[in-house]
Amino acid sequence: MSSNERGFFRNIDWVTILIYLCLCTIGWFNIHAAVYDEEHRSMVDLTTNYGKQFIFIIVSLVMAMIILLLDYRFFSALAPPIYIVTVLLLILVLVIGRNVGGNQAWIPLGGGFRLQPSEFAKLATVLLLAKYLSGTNIKITDTESFFITAGIIVLPMALIMLQPDTGSTLVFCSLIFVLYREGLSPYFLIIIALTAALFILSLLVNQWLMVAGIAVIGALLVFFNLRNRKFIFGLLVWIVGSLGFVLAVKPLYTNVLQDHQRARIDELLGITFDPRGAGYNVNQSKIAIGSGQLWGKGYLKGTQTKYSFVPEQSTDFIFCTVGEEWGFVGSIIVIGLYLFLLLRVIHIAERQHMAFSRIYGYGVASIIFFHVIINIAMTIGLMPVIGIPLPFISYGGSSLISFTALLFILLKLDSNRTGYTY
Amino acid sequence: MNNSFFERRYVIAAIFITFMVILLGRLFYIQLVDDRYLYFANNNVIRKKILFPARGPILDRNGHILVQNEPVYDLMVIPKQVKPFDTLEFCKLIGIDMEGFHKRFDKATKHSKYLASTFEKQMSVSLYRSLQEKLSDFPGFYGQLRSVRSYPDSVAAQFLGYTGEVRDKDIEKSGGYYRLGDYIGVTGVEKAYEEVLRGQRGVENQMVDSRNVPKGKYANGAYDTAAVAGERLISSLDINIQKLGEKLMRNKVGSIVAIEPSTGEILAFVSSPTYDPNMMVGRERGNNMARMYQDPYNPLLIRPIQAYYPPGSSFKPLDGLIALQEGMINPQTTFFCPHYYMAGNHRVGCEHFDGVTDLRKAIAMSCNTYFCNVFDKLISRNGSKRTRQTFIDWKAKVNKFGFGVKLDVDLPNEKRGNVPAPERYDKIFGENRWRSSSIISLAIGQGELLATPLQLANIECTIANRGFYYRPHLIKAIGDKDVIKKEYTERNYVGVDEQYFEPVIDGMQQVVDHGTAAAARIPGIIMCGKTGTVQNPHGKNHSIFVAFAPRDTPKIAIAVVVENAGYGSSWAAPIASYMVEQYLRDTITKPKAQVEYIVNANLLPPPKGSKIKEAKPAKADTLKKGKADSADKPQPVLKAAKRKAKKPAPAVYYANQAIRREDE
Repeated sequence: MSSNERGFFRNIDWVTILIYLCLCTIGWFNIHAAVYDEEHRSMVDLTTNYGKQFIFIIVSLVMAMIILLLDYRFFSALAPPIYIVTVLLLILVLVIGRNVGGNQAWIPLGGGFRLQPSEFAKLATVLLLAKYLSGTNIKITDTESFFITAGIIVLPMALIMLQPDTGSTLVFCSLIFVLYREGLSPYFLIIIALTAALFILSLLVNQWLMVAGIAVIGALLVFFNLRNRKFIFGLLVWIVGSLGFVLAVKPLYTNVLQDHQRARIDELLGITFDPRGAGYNVNQSKIAIGSGQLWGKGYLKGTQTKYSFVPEQSTDFIFCTVGEEWGFVGSIIVIGLYLFLLLRVIHIAERQHMAFSRIYGYGVASIIFFHVIINIAMTIGLMPVIGIPLPFISYGGSSLISFTALLFILLKLDSNRTGYTY
Repeated sequence: MNNSFFERRYVIAAIFITFMVILLGRLFYIQLVDDRYLYFANNNVIRKKILFPARGPILDRNGHILVQNEPVYDLMVIPKQVKPFDTLEFCKLIGIDMEGFHKRFDKATKHSKYLASTFEKQMSVSLYRSLQEKLSDFPGFYGQLRSVRSYPDSVAAQFLGYTGEVRDKDIEKSGGYYRLGDYIGVTGVEKAYEEVLRGQRGVENQMVDSRNVPKGKYANGAYDTAAVAGERLISSLDINIQKLGEKLMRNKVGSIVAIEPSTGEILAFVSSPTYDPNMMVGRERGNNMARMYQDPYNPLLIRPIQAYYPPGSSFKPLDGLIALQEGMINPQTTFFCPHYYMAGNHRVGCEHFDGVTDLRKAIAMSCNTYFCNVFDKLISRNGSKRTRQTFIDWKAKVNKFGFGVKLDVDLPNEKRGNVPAPERYDKIFGENRWRSSSIISLAIGQGELLATPLQLANIECTIANRGFYYRPHLIKAIGDKDVIKKEYTERNYVGVDEQYFEPVIDGMQQVVDHGTAAAARIPGIIMCGKTGTVQNPHGKNHSIFVAFAPRDTPKIAIAVVVENAGYGSSWAAPIASYMVEQYLRDTITKPKAQVEYIVNANLLPPPKGSKIKEAKPAKADTLKKGKADSADKPQPVLKAAKRKAKKPAPAVYYANQAIRREDE
């Protein structure tokens, strides 16, 4: 117990905190640049987004302190109630939520602030996942465990999908990395990758050509592996599944996806070209980032962002400001910081003695990774437009606070990595 | 501890790194490799605003302003900002009806909802003032200052010309310099000196946001250029005699051209009927223009350089000069005038019975017989078989006087008049089957000879200068430094030696002193002149008078043509004398009533007789064709006017076909 009394900063991973502070500061400055106007010059003017973000950063830091002050066992113990409360909030938001931009995702808190439960659902899910998978005799490869694990993940996904918030829903898919690390067959990753490839190809290539192609490749693979029966069985399952999938893509695509989602994907794949309509956001975003060139236009000098050509510029498209005002150099720094953070988180996760901490660490890494990749890829036209924030940088209290909590819980767990008890 | 998959951390890390590298690769491409995005970003945000320079003013020779710029307001509208308002009152304020309102508004909306469109053009300052007070009741509307041409004295319309919005053709020709809605000189000095007058446009790079709301200057104006105002032009015109000339020519069809012989500067450039140049500006421009196109007297025609007239007797001094130079006659050579001249079987009448006539007397009395004899001598001097060659030689000599060739005055669409080519006569009479007697009417300035009033005045300059002329021009100096074009300072010799001019000038002085134009005599000023009365097959004769004064130090040379007025001595000569005296003395000593008589005379021919035709000089040359064309088939004026409307400037006005007078 004496170690705890010596201060809660003991064993804290300062490198991570430094990266965290860097990203928050970068975010704050870029939000300032994105919504800057002459009348509100002060960085802490509360009527502006950057003023509010300043408050959010303070609140996040206070919360980070609190997290560091809590007992590490607290998170493991409270994982189920947190999960339950979050699920209740996700149900509540469907009932009393405020609809913003087509998503019923916010619960108004008064004073212009509002809560986005889906942001916290990620944290709650990761916590419960870690709690469950770290239990004795739980193996992801067991059927029962697999389904319970899947259930923990799918329940919040389903509720968020009802809002409907596709972006936040998809974030949960990233937890596949956690499951993989904990023993899930690598085939799952391969199948996901292949499915994604087939999906895109099916939209671009005539489906009968696809069917023929799969048949030929399948036949060749079977022919060269005739002796490996187990492999042939799996292969046949895959071939049949693929053929079914290819044939189902078009109807699924037209009937399940919403119009605007389909338009965004069509635009991305070059099936349609409509830089003033469906492609407007991405086109303007690419112009903003592309016009930054090597060194960028300079702080507060980005014309694309300052003059509102880029929509959602302080939230989902905040990377435009980075790209436009700080150029390729700024982009490298931001992406470098994220990569460094992710590798650091993996490093931290791997040095834990407790499975709970490790699994939780991979959860943190997966979720941050997914957000960063999808968000930046979307702004440079590599992914369809999916509205999810850039961690620590995008404007938004719920997002910043939940990411802070996500990260600092890991740091708290990490600070106790050496001892099982104290 | 379920840590048996430890090595999988590397797989996951590898996946993370791969994806991040993909992002960086893409960023590398769009930020460093592909330059288009910078271009697009600039296109998004930079609006080049053209700054229009003030068009250069035009002054008269004494610094009196002929054209300047006047502020007007274009009423602009941004449809998106318009809120419901009292349209009826609004229409009343700017003087349009509801239909017009909706038409304009729809057009503006169609153009752009967010961008300003012109709603009403060129409202006067006073109209705009009355509107301005209430403009706040009409959100979305605002006035934009522009400048248009304004003519304080309403003179010299054909000389100055007018400006108008550029047409597609102009834009094409300029290689994109002009844009839709720009103004350009269409005729007159405005066109001839367009490049000097228009100045240099400036550019302001303005930034706008995604809604096109202006957001200040791009790069603090580092790439902006200021507009440079057009140059000031000093014209050669003397506004006093120009005004007098226009007054004297009121209700008459014709021209006055006065030139300073010692410089070639055009002092007066009257084309009548004329119009108020202010009519070519402002909201009524379209209506005024349409009216003028339909006017049978065609005020838009620049008669001094575009109307042709046979010079008639005013050509006789030229006959004499060429004959003297060729040694065919000397001043003492006499011919006997029996009241007529027999050219082969043709009898050319002479107004007088002059008896024994020498050169001076022949000019003074305008003796047809004398000049027919001279002409015959000239053309037959190499034998009648070589008539054709001798004629070509003669034609070249006449051309040297600027007759039948363009003088290259600094105005667009100058016509060259006509000295017939030998081919013309080959056609009529058969090759080499014509002799001096066949073309004898040329001797008395009739037949196929046609000259513009400018050419007539220029011949007087040549005589006044005793053998050379300066190229006539309208603009004597450009810009603040008063630049004078080099070609205006060069003498053009006509190939007649100075010594031969005196006897001719003697004769011309007698014309005014006690000859055919005695009525034009100005006490105390020795004026030398020559009348011309040009026969006109379908109406009264054209009255022509050419002169210069004073005899020894010529200050002014002048040509006056009054169509359908009768004798040269009765109308053109007095008009010329008033002009000359006004210019030399700044006053007119003749009784005011005499001047008023001319001012008030209405000599307009009946409109039916007037005829407007496309320029095809060759067609008008022969007697038969000319007659058939003009007498029997009067062309409907309206139709001709419409045809002209497509091509505003380059039409030629045949001031009633002159016919050959061989049988007189």
